[in-house]
Amino acid sequence: MSNLLLKGAHVVDPVANLDGIADVLIQDGKISCVCPAGEGDCKQDTKGTTVLDLTGKVLMPGFVDMHVHLREPGFEYREDIASGTRAAAHGGFTAVAAMANTKPVIDEGAAVKFVTDKAKEVGVVKVYQMGAITVGLKGKQLAEMNDMHKSGAIAFSDDGMGIQDPQLMRRAMEYAKVFDALIVAHCEDESLVDGGVVHEGIIATRLGVAGQTSLAEALAVHRDIELARLTGVRLHIAHVSAKESVDLIRTAKAAGDVRVSAEVTPHHLVLNENALDKTYNTNMKMNPPLRSTQDQKALIEGLLDGTIDAIATDHAPHAPQEKELEFELANFGTTGLETAVPLMATHLVSTGKLDWATLVDRMAHGPRRVMNLEPVTIAEGSVADITVVDPEKEVTITRDWLVGKGKNSAFLGHTLKGCATEVLVDGKLVLADGECV
Amino acid sequence: MSMLKSKHLLNIEDLSNDEIYAVLENAKTFKEINDRPIKKLPTLRGRTIVNLFLEPSTRTRGSFELAQKRLSADSLNFSASASATTKGESLIDTAQTFDAMKVDMVIVRHKYAGTPYVLTQHMDAHIVNGGDGINEHPTQTLLDLFTIQERLGRIEGLTVGIVGDIVHSRVAGSLAPALKRLGARVVFVAPPAYQPVVPEELGAEVAYDFDAVLPELDVVCLLRIQGERAEGLSVPTIREYASLYGLNKHRADTLMKKDAIILHPGPMNRGVEISSDVITDPRAYILDQVNAGVATRMAIMYMMLGGEAGE
Repeated sequence: MSNLLLKGAHVVDPVANLDGIADVLIQDGKISCVCPAGEGDCKQDTKGTTVLDLTGKVLMPGFVDMHVHLREPGFEYREDIASGTRAAAHGGFTAVAAMANTKPVIDEGAAVKFVTDKAKEVGVVKVYQMGAITVGLKGKQLAEMNDMHKSGAIAFSDDGMGIQDPQLMRRAMEYAKVFDALIVAHCEDESLVDGGVVHEGIIATRLGVAGQTSLAEALAVHRDIELARLTGVRLHIAHVSAKESVDLIRTAKAAGDVRVSAEVTPHHLVLNENALDKTYNTNMKMNPPLRSTQDQKALIEGLLDGTIDAIATDHAPHAPQEKELEFELANFGTTGLETAVPLMATHLVSTGKLDWATLVDRMAHGPRRVMNLEPVTIAEGSVADITVVDPEKEVTITRDWLVGKGKNSAFLGHTLKGCATEVLVDGKLVLADGECV
Repeated sequence: MSMLKSKHLLNIEDLSNDEIYAVLENAKTFKEINDRPIKKLPTLRGRTIVNLFLEPSTRTRGSFELAQKRLSADSLNFSASASATTKGESLIDTAQTFDAMKVDMVIVRHKYAGTPYVLTQHMDAHIVNGGDGINEHPTQTLLDLFTIQERLGRIEGLTVGIVGDIVHSRVAGSLAPALKRLGARVVFVAPPAYQPVVPEELGAEVAYDFDAVLPELDVVCLLRIQGERAEGLSVPTIREYASLYGLNKHRADTLMKKDAIILHPGPMNRGVEISSDVITDPRAYILDQVNAGVATRMAIMYMMLGGEAGE
């Protein structure tokens, strides 16, 4: 493998204590030298080294999206491992964690291996697979979590469905605790959701559709935090959307006697219920729903103060026939992999709400910490999983610009500033100048 | 040229206050025609109107169909049982199919909110909302306003109580905001489970005690209880609901203003929100509403299509 010298980028990595111009040399898939400007040059064999000028760009440890739906096996018409990981690279991610709600459900070791093997073959970025907590995601019977764990499952989740039975969730946590597995909770009390398709707020009245109260999420968050306290399991709360949930997680973290982490999606950070109107845009229909402006504010606060550990997209690709429907019939979900970085750059970084270092923590270090992955830093010896963002590059989100199969983005038509231009996975360029290699 | 600013009638907000009054004015003329022995006018001759009823409906569909016939439009009824939608065709395909047939107007009724808007994105025809889910039912509002205006001579300054399952009512979704902006005071009278999430968004005040608010009301608009799970979850029993929120003879005789009027969009659940002896109360104008429905629907279709090309 030839060497690669990344020259002149603004390197940001709070773990490596870097926030300035530096050159980064990649050899054999690893970072072999990091040289801040004015401290000499990376030693290199100039013959075999390709130089990439990254002046004006921001170079960071590779971003990880710990919540995506790759849809393979079973729903390849929506997305598959090849197209989903291509979308991930296009969006600036070096790794993704895929949810288990495929067909068949990933609820046994062989299924986990199917995905991870296939990903090694066709995946553009690294793929971690989550296993189901219950057989078929039916919430009735524990799945063979240890078998899946041994087959490489990174965590366990019934994402897409909340586990309604508290005793079952408790048993799942107790069982997972034995081999220190992570439980990723999709917090949703179905009796309180009661058929709601939007937030139970002003938008439910405005659109004349049933709403779901924030408490449908927050009560489940509360229950699972208490069960995690009881069992000692590592608990991660998926796609937090409500202020009440943020408050509960903050309090739990402050108490210090429960191992809990949380993620938030870019769409919940950037949008609120007012994004919906009487044009009933089904790309704005997601679960959990877009909530109030107060909820949105609380999510941003939670992201900033560290209550929320990770930004994860809940990338949920759907086919046109599943979205071009009556609002109440359309599937829930928006795609997210390709819009996450542009949204964060535009709405949080360039507005001064969030600095690059904090973004690196929430999109690179945070998700790795939560999933107990080997850290990736911009330092000698680290795996060369790298995300490079051009903060000045403008992009208009169109169906054609999106490389994934799912075109159901809540942000179609938005012009955003700042997007990934280079992505390296194990030192190999998978995105160059904004194009998938 | 359509006499209305908006090409479609999807929500009541598509009509300005002046346009609402203009519809009511035109409806007055049509109502007189409906009292003649020969009720047919040539106004919409040569126009094609599809009644796309994807949810069962008798009174609204019948009212539209009769209004179309009296205006000499050619109409086609496309109901849920006969429709391709039950065979799995998507709404968009149905819309495009009728669009290809070059129809002038579609009246759509569906159990899902926002359906009329979806049609506008796939058809050239004028779209009229005949009731979408629990969202809106703007032509019902026009006939309600007509009846109120006809009986009480005004809308502005009145206090209107809408009583019943409001959150699941498309009738309230259109009527309340219209009344509010025409200067009426609107009170939603219902137990908590039947109140909308944000009543103020529809321009209404909230009341839980029917007996306390009834003496203030100039118009009592009763709504039926919807949904299969009503009893036991939203309210304990129908009996208890009727005892608290049903308009019975005793309530009407002791608490209602002498010159107040009783409305009900139908279908009625006798003995629940309205008792049989109230239906025959001289202050009840429920059948007048039905009568006004044909006239107001003639008016709205005439105003949307009447003067267009070909005249």
